[in-house]
Amino acid sequence: MRYLPHTPEDISEMLQAVKAESLEDLFPTVPESVRRRQDLDLPEPLTEWELNTHMNELASQMSDARSIKSFLGAGSYDHYIPASVQYLLGRSELSTAYTPYQPEISQGTLQAMFEYQTLVSRLLGMEVSNASMYDGATALTEAMFMSLRIKRKKNVLAVSSLVHPHYREVLKSYLAPTSFELVEIEAGPDGRTDLSSLKGRDDLAAVAVQSPNFFGCLEDLKAVQAAAQDTGALFVTSFTEPLAYGLFKNPGSFGADIACGEGQSLGIAQSFGGPGLGIFCARKQAVRNMPGRLVGQTTDKEGRRGFVLTLSTREQHIRREKATSNICSNQGLCATTAAMYLASLGGSGLRELASLNRDKAEYLKSQLQAAGCSLPFGAPTFNEFVVRFPGGHAEAQEQLKDKGIIPGVDLGHYYPELEGHSLVCVTETKSKQDLDILAKEVSA
Amino acid sequence: MKELSELVLPEDRKYTSQHEWVMRQGETVTVGITDFAQDQLGDIVFVELPEAGGAFEAGEEFSTLESVKAVSEVYMPISGEIVEVNERLVDSPELINQDPYSQGWIVTIAPKDPAQVESLMDKAAYLEMLKGEA
Repeated sequence: MRYLPHTPEDISEMLQAVKAESLEDLFPTVPESVRRRQDLDLPEPLTEWELNTHMNELASQMSDARSIKSFLGAGSYDHYIPASVQYLLGRSELSTAYTPYQPEISQGTLQAMFEYQTLVSRLLGMEVSNASMYDGATALTEAMFMSLRIKRKKNVLAVSSLVHPHYREVLKSYLAPTSFELVEIEAGPDGRTDLSSLKGRDDLAAVAVQSPNFFGCLEDLKAVQAAAQDTGALFVTSFTEPLAYGLFKNPGSFGADIACGEGQSLGIAQSFGGPGLGIFCARKQAVRNMPGRLVGQTTDKEGRRGFVLTLSTREQHIRREKATSNICSNQGLCATTAAMYLASLGGSGLRELASLNRDKAEYLKSQLQAAGCSLPFGAPTFNEFVVRFPGGHAEAQEQLKDKGIIPGVDLGHYYPELEGHSLVCVTETKSKQDLDILAKEVSA
Repeated sequence: MKELSELVLPEDRKYTSQHEWVMRQGETVTVGITDFAQDQLGDIVFVELPEAGGAFEAGEEFSTLESVKAVSEVYMPISGEIVEVNERLVDSPELINQDPYSQGWIVTIAPKDPAQVESLMDKAAYLEMLKGEA
């Protein structure tokens, strides 16, 4: 599908049709006081050569995961992206990032979304996936609103304080103008959510945790499921690192009602923080309360396989103000990327890669411990964990700056009670030597 | 679309401005949507039913009908508690189109105040309202 701008001829024809002399005539309702009459103060245009030089200068001021050794994770992960994904993404038929408004003429786009939905449902062990939301934060927020729709008479949402702080901020922004209440569930001493405060509550529409959580710990999803069930709430699992489910039991196998999170990890470049991919899965019985677009498989009048947007009556263009969400677009290109990535790795490749991540993280844990670091939490982790370097985070960060190493995220920034602690992430992109160097540098 | 003269509007029902019909049957009241409503909606493909035992005030939404081209809520004609829901609609939502007054009933209600039924429109008043809307 092509997106062509209007030519001067198009514009003049359209103006004639509406009997206007100029484009200016279309905006008489915009008051003079808010109009800008002088030109924008922009620099002169650059030639292609000059522009390239300018962009290279800008780029050289920044660090990326290729040029430094970054142990940052916390929701954005540095994974190797196979050449097959990069090549396929560059193809023009696939790089149209938007679901077209006349979707059924774009069978290829719809099939790519259908494949994405199928792969993601399998990875998470869930019955239905939508064609994606904006990012992990909007996916969690949509999951909470979906829970409120299903549990009509309940108006309180419980979210673990170990869900990504940014996700909780987005959720709070959405909830601010509503009358719904949000309660945060405290962390326990082992680095997992302490569910004891949920006992006896009967006003919760949803209980949401993240696994692996912000401390990198795998939540006891079986216990969360039981706690949610006891309170009559839906069980929502968020995640920032779906690769973990290549190795560990997935949300579906623990009976999650909704599994939602960030899919950046699946072949999408970190790109300084975005765009991401909001993965959203649910149970089939709740499909009519799901947000977002949904691609289904059907047959045409000659019995051939084809793809359609389905259950659209949930969406704004049909249901107007009663739509299940005002996100009725999707992250088409990022979702396609995730599908390519999952297909490139395959089931056994994903498992192998997840094991590699877990094993490297465990190795670094043991090396850091030997180097005099303390690991405050006992719960099992995947490729990320909390550690306190002997001199604290700020000292380690300062000391390693010149060596091109970022030792992790300063956890005190998000959790003041963990002042001085670091959140360290290890993926397959770090070699044994990288891990040994980090342990040596921070040692007491 | 049917002309107003083609609409089936039984004499033994009461009608609401939201196009539900109501019929008293002993202690309970049966509720469905009118021939006019099913005709406007077109082929109904899904019915979201409430749970038996749920209590609703008059005017509250208690069910949702989805057709191939629209979605519409069904509102409580009177206050009361849901006694029974028409489970056949789960697999055969088209019953509402085919037989809105009999097999296409949606719920039965135990009314809070049975007298509320009498305040609803009779066939003539409902038809008059439809003429006004047309």
